[in-house]
Amino acid sequence: MKHFRSIGLALAATFAVGQAGAEELTGTLKNIKDTGAITLGFRDSSIPFSYLDDNQKPIGYAMDICYKIVDAVKKELKLDKLEVKLNPVTSATRIPLMANGTIDLECGSTTNNAERQKQVAFTNTHYLTASRYVFKKSSGLKAIDDLKGKSVVSTAGTTNIKQLTEANVAKSLGANIIPAKDHAEAFLMVETDRAVAFVMDDILLASLVAGSKSPDDYVISKDAFSKPEPYGIMLRKDDAAFKKVVDAATAALYTSGEGQKIYDKWFTQKIPPKGLNLNTPISAELKNEFAKPTDSPNPDDYK
Amino acid sequence: MNYNWNWGIFFQPNPMGTGTYLDMLLSGLVLTLKTGALAWIIALITGSIVGVMRTLPSKGAYWFGFAYVEFFRNMPLLVQLFLWFFVLPEVLPRSAGLWLKQLPNAPFWTAAIGIGFFMSARVAVQLHAGIGSLPRGQKMAATALGLTTLQAYRYILLPMAFRIILPPLTSEFLNTIKNTAVAITIGLLELTGQARSMQEFSFQVFEAFTAATILYLLVNAVVVTAMRFLERWIAIPGYITGK
Repeated sequence: MKHFRSIGLALAATFAVGQAGAEELTGTLKNIKDTGAITLGFRDSSIPFSYLDDNQKPIGYAMDICYKIVDAVKKELKLDKLEVKLNPVTSATRIPLMANGTIDLECGSTTNNAERQKQVAFTNTHYLTASRYVFKKSSGLKAIDDLKGKSVVSTAGTTNIKQLTEANVAKSLGANIIPAKDHAEAFLMVETDRAVAFVMDDILLASLVAGSKSPDDYVISKDAFSKPEPYGIMLRKDDAAFKKVVDAATAALYTSGEGQKIYDKWFTQKIPPKGLNLNTPISAELKNEFAKPTDSPNPDDYK
Repeated sequence: MNYNWNWGIFFQPNPMGTGTYLDMLLSGLVLTLKTGALAWIIALITGSIVGVMRTLPSKGAYWFGFAYVEFFRNMPLLVQLFLWFFVLPEVLPRSAGLWLKQLPNAPFWTAAIGIGFFMSARVAVQLHAGIGSLPRGQKMAATALGLTTLQAYRYILLPMAFRIILPPLTSEFLNTIKNTAVAITIGLLELTGQARSMQEFSFQVFEAFTAATILYLLVNAVVVTAMRFLERWIAIPGYITGK
């Protein structure tokens, strides 16, 4: 792969020399300029970040932010028109599609952490979420300690299941941890009493509850398994020029107060297609982050 | 392609605190082998019974065998596992359903039994075909010798038929092992499940799935070799399958 990259660099260098005097674009920016198109990766069911409406068109909070980034890129490259291509991704395909150049930005609910930064880059944080759990009101499992000896589900491969496992040991809960394939299936396990609680990012729990058959039956815990962790829009690593444009665009969006408006649109009002209202006003931490945007993967940086 | 290869990832500690990423994959492999082995035992036993039933003179037995095979063979395995795991406990009486849900290792048992039944339909078809390929005279000769139907199957028909279908059975065994990957849908963290977890934690997707592929290939190579030895060991000179 190193070879591919050096060939790519060599080619890029040749082109750069070829058009000496013109702007020296590299990486994603050059690609966008050459093709006149930018590709956004979207998720089909990450409500309200990125999901399909009833016309099968991707919408959501992260999508709105991505479109703002697209505007900034268009302006930066001084293009008259920039075609936006949309490409669906899943948690399994987002890395290969990012690495092979199919998508330029991933607009979803991807947690930004240090381990993942070895592989990709993230722009300024657009959401902060902590690990909590959802339970049936009737079971009354208010505190984490109430989970002692119970069956608890979380989604395989998430940071949440990792935190649950750690808490299980640290607090000697002796809980039976069941990994589920995806969020919908994990929630189904609680719905069908296979597990008493589902540990996940609180905002995803809120959207699952809002979309369930009887939202009033479920409660999301006050107790959290973690500090609020950042979500970021994902882009390719080692592409400083593109990241600079994207970072500047998101920073301008958040500090101008427009970010707050987009936030309110998706989290405190009715959203399509079913008119759900997630009723989640902006947290103090995210408000601080919007004032001083950062792409840090460290939860301690968001106080 | 702009991908940051890191083959050393396997020797880095995994975030679950259970050793390295390689340990994680190996624990998945163990679960794959356990599930595959139990499913294959179920498939072989149930499949043999159903396969024989389809060849019996009794109309009732034939129709039962026919219905069984069509039921299990015509529904995608993924759907079947989902039905067994999520739907079955809901249609049972409440107490029975609750018992089933709270069973320890429920995903493992559901996966092994579900895959076992699915594959048993395929084994049954193979055996049906194997017995069907024997000359009709064999059964008649057995009857003429005074053997009962049970004895005819036990001493003549089944030993012949199983030898004939051994090579296709090897494929079915391999399929059973590969089909355990579907168990991820009900939360069983077998090899594919662990590879997926690894890619979610580390984002090193190609390394994770390369390792899983190699492990599946190794397991299947062992199975193929073992079955070759078995074929040679039970071959009878002069028979269709003998040398």
